[in-house]
Amino acid sequence: MAEQIFFFIFAVLAVGSAIAVVSFKNPVYSVLSLMVCFLQMAALFVMLRSPFLAVVQVFVYVGAVLVLFLFVIMMLDIRKARMDQFITGGNFWAIGLLGILIIEMILIISKSRLTSITVSSELRLDGGVREIGEALFTKYILPFEIVSFILLVALMGAIVLGRKELR
Amino acid sequence: MGQEEIRGLLPVLELYLSNPLVIMMLEILLIFIKVVVVTLVVFSLPLPLTYMERKVAGHIQVRLGPMRVGPHGILQPLADMIKLFFKEDIIPSKADPWLFRIAPVISMVPVFAVFATIPFGDKITIPFINYEVSMYISDMNVGILYVLAIAGLSVYGIILGGWASNSKYALLGGLRSSAQMISYELALSFACIGVVMIVNSLSLVDIVKAQSGWHWNIFYQPVGFVIFFIAGLAEINRIPFDLPEDEGTLGAGYHSEYSSMRFAFFMLTEYVAMVSMSILAVLLFFGGWNGPSFLPGIIWFVIKVVLCIYFFMWTRFTFPRYRYDQLMSIGWKVLLPLSLLNILITGLIII
Amino acid sequence: MLLTYLPVLIISGFVIFIATFVFIINSIVSPKKPSSEKLSPWECGMEPIGEASSGHFKIHFFIIAILFIVFDVETLFLFPWAVVLRDIGMVAFVEMFIFIAILAVGLIYAWKKGALEWV
Repeated sequence: MAEQIFFFIFAVLAVGSAIAVVSFKNPVYSVLSLMVCFLQMAALFVMLRSPFLAVVQVFVYVGAVLVLFLFVIMMLDIRKARMDQFITGGNFWAIGLLGILIIEMILIISKSRLTSITVSSELRLDGGVREIGEALFTKYILPFEIVSFILLVALMGAIVLGRKELR
Repeated sequence: MGQEEIRGLLPVLELYLSNPLVIMMLEILLIFIKVVVVTLVVFSLPLPLTYMERKVAGHIQVRLGPMRVGPHGILQPLADMIKLFFKEDIIPSKADPWLFRIAPVISMVPVFAVFATIPFGDKITIPFINYEVSMYISDMNVGILYVLAIAGLSVYGIILGGWASNSKYALLGGLRSSAQMISYELALSFACIGVVMIVNSLSLVDIVKAQSGWHWNIFYQPVGFVIFFIAGLAEINRIPFDLPEDEGTLGAGYHSEYSSMRFAFFMLTEYVAMVSMSILAVLLFFGGWNGPSFLPGIIWFVIKVVLCIYFFMWTRFTFPRYRYDQLMSIGWKVLLPLSLLNILITGLIII
Repeated sequence: MLLTYLPVLIISGFVIFIATFVFIINSIVSPKKPSSEKLSPWECGMEPIGEASSGHFKIHFFIIAILFIVFDVETLFLFPWAVVLRDIGMVAFVEMFIFIAILAVGLIYAWKKGALEWV
């Protein structure tokens, strides 16, 4: 019962801040709303009995990716270039498309099995770090090493992109 | 009420107390009490700490420090607080009003949220009710990772403080300070991983319990401790790493436009961050509340934390500060490879 | 088990409450005499030149942030590894060694290309 109340609070805050991300005109406010959204998702992870994922979400997304976003926004002169490039008018088609997508999503979700899944409350008692570790280094070795390659490529890509400015 | 009425009530009380809902309510109440106690104590800690810092500064620099306000200057921090409270709160005209107000609060919440997992001692039993109270607010099984994640959130207060002031010095100071903090956060995490490898658990209570009986982690991970200490100094922006708030050249950096209580909150955040970094060092490397049993555990804990804080202050008044590019090269080129080597060597030894 | 995570919310709420409370009292108690000099941003005693956010783009911050993301993800893979190392043994150590070596190649590349210099 209390869990449902908390779930609703977190879910409403998450959706509300996600809408706020695309509605604010000031980009710094958008990034802050995104931070609120990620924090609500971390709370939802905790409610799904997975605190490791919640902390990882805060650690990587809120602690690293959003900091990158803020750096870029604060260094480029975005205050001036805010809304000059947006298409004015034509909102009618966007709202119509949005309405169709919403109806479609409601139909699909109500016909699937998602609405009848409940979280069994004593599933994991220790947060699952040990299980994740054991699975990662025995069954899923190959994806793990591939992740390191992906990270390496991302790193090199960023440095190559910035190379001209470094001189 | 007579004796008989009380005896008549006892079975009712027992029935009441064995109801699981009531037990949960009592637990939540206990959590509330612990949260209020810990928050108020930590909130009032910067007062004696500023006094200690000025006295330590004075004595290291062969002078006396504050002596006038109260005996030996003990009331000095109180006078400072009253002064700051009554100062005018200036919001610069071009500043972003909402962000300007929110930034000190965003800066404060992470440093307090860290205290939700910190264990101050082991369980104690209240004698009359025979109830065990644990000396920590909660024991998360991802404890150390939670602490590191929340430490990563403390960058936001600085970035937003610098940005909201809409002044070049504040913005530049804020960006440089946050770049420094994220660089040293990596070395800090790697030093913690060394400890986790020895203890095999992420929970802070387990880490302290594994150090019982003089098996302190400092003997097993000396390099890890040095890396942790240096990275911790850089994380909380203290000398020798405080160039972004350098008073001489950048005009106090990201909080140069703040006055009165907002400035006081930034200062408070800095001191509470120093306290939490010393507490982490004590928990991870110095055995937490373990010590010879003639004093209770929590007294040993407090003694060790005070010694660690003194050590932080001692380094502040002993070393000059690093230039920003020297600072970043130490973070990436020295500490990061060194901590990775530490992890690999520890791994080899364990297997 | 969820009760162990409730204190995070309680502490954050309590701290925000105390902070707002102090600010409100402060705004009642402190004097308010704005003057144009007090309200303008500080720049060594002169009038500020130019907008605060113009012409400041240093690629250095961007590169440091990306490097930080990459090594942050590496750190969070190291945490479960550190917990299960003793149970799995040498196999896990070799795998992690390969992982760290690949990312160390990235760090050396960044070093040689001068991405870690500047500012």
